Amino acid sequence: MSGSFSVVGQRLPRVDAMDQTMGNTRYVDDMTLPGMLVGRHLTSIHAHARILAIDTSRAEALAGVHAVITGADLPITYGILPISQDENALAVGKVRYVGEPVAAVAAVDPEIAEQALALIDVSYEPLDEVLTLEQALDTDHPMLHGDGLGQNLHRSAALEFGDTEEGFARADYVREDVFFFEGNTHAALETHVALASYSQTGKLTLWSSTQVPHYVHRTLEKVLELPAGRIRVIATAIGGGFGGKTDPFSHELTAAKLSMVTGRPVKINLSREEVFYAHRGRHPVLMWVKTGFENNGQITSMHFKTFLDGGAYGSYGVASLYYTGALQTTTYRIPNYRFEGLRVFTNKPACGPKRGHGTPQPRFGLECHLDKAAADLGLDPATIRRRNAVEPFSTTVNHLRITSCALIECIDKVVDASDFAGKHGSLPSGRGVGLAVGAYMSGAGLPIYFNDMPQSEVQIKVDRGGGVTVYSMATDIGQGSTTMLATVIAEALGLEPRDINMVIADTDLTPVDLGSYSSRVTFMAGNAAVTAGAKIRSRVVQAVADELDVDSAQVVAEGGRVGVSGDLDRSVTWAEAVRLAIAATGPLVESGGYTAPKLAGTFRGAGVGISPAYSYSACVVEVDCAVDTGLVKVERVWLAHDIGRALNPLLAEGQVEGGVYMGLGEALYEEHTFRGGLHRGPSLLDYKIPTALDMPPVETFLVESDDPEGPLGAKEVGQGPLLPVIPAVANAIHDALGIRIDEVPITPQKIVAALRNVSRGRPGRIGPETVPDFEFTRLTRVEPPEGFVAP
Amino acid sequence: MHRGAGIGRLMADHILDFDVNGENRRLLVTDQRTLLEVLREDLALTGTKHGCDVGECGACTVLVDDRPVLSCLVIARQVDGSSVRTVEGLATNGAPDLLQDAFAELGAAQCGYCTPGMLLSARALLDDNPKPTTDEIREGLAGNLCRCTGYIKIFEAVELAASRDRDR
Repeated sequence: MSGSFSVVGQRLPRVDAMDQTMGNTRYVDDMTLPGMLVGRHLTSIHAHARILAIDTSRAEALAGVHAVITGADLPITYGILPISQDENALAVGKVRYVGEPVAAVAAVDPEIAEQALALIDVSYEPLDEVLTLEQALDTDHPMLHGDGLGQNLHRSAALEFGDTEEGFARADYVREDVFFFEGNTHAALETHVALASYSQTGKLTLWSSTQVPHYVHRTLEKVLELPAGRIRVIATAIGGGFGGKTDPFSHELTAAKLSMVTGRPVKINLSREEVFYAHRGRHPVLMWVKTGFENNGQITSMHFKTFLDGGAYGSYGVASLYYTGALQTTTYRIPNYRFEGLRVFTNKPACGPKRGHGTPQPRFGLECHLDKAAADLGLDPATIRRRNAVEPFSTTVNHLRITSCALIECIDKVVDASDFAGKHGSLPSGRGVGLAVGAYMSGAGLPIYFNDMPQSEVQIKVDRGGGVTVYSMATDIGQGSTTMLATVIAEALGLEPRDINMVIADTDLTPVDLGSYSSRVTFMAGNAAVTAGAKIRSRVVQAVADELDVDSAQVVAEGGRVGVSGDLDRSVTWAEAVRLAIAATGPLVESGGYTAPKLAGTFRGAGVGISPAYSYSACVVEVDCAVDTGLVKVERVWLAHDIGRALNPLLAEGQVEGGVYMGLGEALYEEHTFRGGLHRGPSLLDYKIPTALDMPPVETFLVESDDPEGPLGAKEVGQGPLLPVIPAVANAIHDALGIRIDEVPITPQKIVAALRNVSRGRPGRIGPETVPDFEFTRLTRVEPPEGFVAP
Repeated sequence: MHRGAGIGRLMADHILDFDVNGENRRLLVTDQRTLLEVLREDLALTGTKHGCDVGECGACTVLVDDRPVLSCLVIARQVDGSSVRTVEGLATNGAPDLLQDAFAELGAAQCGYCTPGMLLSARALLDDNPKPTTDEIREGLAGNLCRCTGYIKIFEAVELAASRDRDR
């Protein structure tokens, strides 16, 4: 890949930045349609109960109420994964968590809608609640899904690659650790909103703040039993996602159904409290890890167990489960690896994907575990990581194909910039530095439902005035995907990103992109855009070459002109070039598609973790801890990220800074926890996310490894940078105070308790001691891939 | 879990007469109508966002008589006779405020949902203190939550706007 670009690599603003700052960006809640009704959900007050009867007659009789629906009106189940079709838009038969939608009303205004909810009579028969992992493993609690008493197991996984026992046997040193990662949630500033409008022509339109219009489209088709071609889903501007708007949600289905019943548009805007209960956030994970090392720090074998508290429904849980075991091998050469994991159902809101999906929890455990091992082996934290770092263009023992990889360069960047070697173990008491690394997928290798179609398609249409319009279903959730597409296409056509008209995320107008999740958009939609852009450029260049009677190899598109480079006499304006191309070869419309290479092995679970490329990150965090209060002040963060190529460094830095911010919140403050079935603080006051006062300076280093399959060499940046932040904080606190808090969030209470333990002569550790004695069955033994070279 | 459940329809109408972005507006509002509802629903000034409805997130920040307030907590009647400024009123004769340009240039908006409220808090800060230190900027924006940016590019944008203001 040549290093010469015109707009790629420039620190350009988002193409829609001025709309955002002038207040002109339109989110769903900013839309009003004539005759629009307000929809509201009645939600469960019980964590677990049978629904004996629902009487909606009093609500229906209230003046101003146009419709009341219950589970009987939407009986078809759905779920984001084809193997987890376990949800109803409104509860059918029983409720499984406090806050679960039970009925929905449409009324002329919010006050009447609220009054109507109060007039719906639901009689419940409460059932024993299953609220913890331990209760889920008991056999004497009622099953959430199914009848009678029994364990509430959702899914387990057990895989062995190579021979872990042999690996442990030849180790010089073996250690085991137990960690816990508390659940947390996305808390995007925009709540979830959907607006549905059903026309008597039989056409349904849904505007929604969703990251995945394609999957919402499919869910509406299934549940409403409408032909897909009669449904139009439009993802409007989205006020933050982070994975929280990646499932099909109840309110999208109820708004649609209420509009079909009433014949009027219906808008449902979830309250902030309802968003906390809708959740789909980070799973609480209890984990155990055992690793064998040679004396020089080289890993000989690893065994990792995870226990996920999944909440009431499947959601992405099967994928989340496998993700807690899949990516450990992408940073370290592990010659023998065993993973066992279990996800259980509990009477709490369903967990799902949040930035890093299933990988921040084991990454936290692994990176703390590695620091402890390094200390015992007399190695410094950077050395043990460099010694085990995966190599570019290699294959892991669990069959993941690694392409570009600048992990060691990332470690070097942050270690040098932070003076890690000079500070680690050397700062005054209360101050410390911690190091950690991570890796993440540039897009899940497989689509959510099995098919052989492209994972992303992009179309380009050029009009006779030279206007370029790009059509893509990729949703811009703030990460800048619209700007990324405009940049890639502007680069191909010699234009500026702001010259490109973007039509985004509308199932009637735009070809499929699977959505903004798994850090897939730059890689997949970007590659589709590169292909489409090259086709347009090629046709325009050929037409100009023919017109000027020069060889097409001499013709370039740059600076808004097409012709011989730098020769005004032998070049034409972009608009003139477009007219020549249309005259010569017809309508100037082209498309590009991207399908990831077939990378999955044939074993059970092989589809999770594969990706066309992995990003790499390394992070150093410096902290200053108050020993009397346990308060942690993060002084500075250094983060290096192997992004392949920074298509727009300004926006890429913003993703790194946002990932650091979110990681710090998870490390120190945020916990999505319950008292009984009630959320402990379903508000932005009680659920503590970092404010402007809490954010430290961040030094970002973008490392460009130029991935051979990435669009112009690019890889992801939206999720990976979060991963090392959390363990780097934990490792820094250990360096500062000599204590180990082996669970997040690392609250002041835990620090004070650990210091008190030390003062009483006990180990300065807070964290879980054991994991359940659960017998994983059906272990799948997988041979290492062909050509796998053990270190 | 239900907002306003049980609230009766015993609401009186009042005339609200106030200035919004330099224009006089006069309309009927009920007792419980909030300034946020009046701006977004009655006046179609949807640039002002609501993120929580209970004064926790700052997305609905507007200026009332040049002071930042959370419009979701202000009963509309309270601003009778006042002057209200929203994100739509930050520009002067169509020219964006220095903050609007700086936020756009430096990537201070990602999803953009906190941006209008953040801009108005920043405008109030700079009107009060044209040369804020970074700590003063942090303090001035502490009531506006952002979930995307980690605030860093927001701080930089406020600093850039402040320095350009001093230079002109």
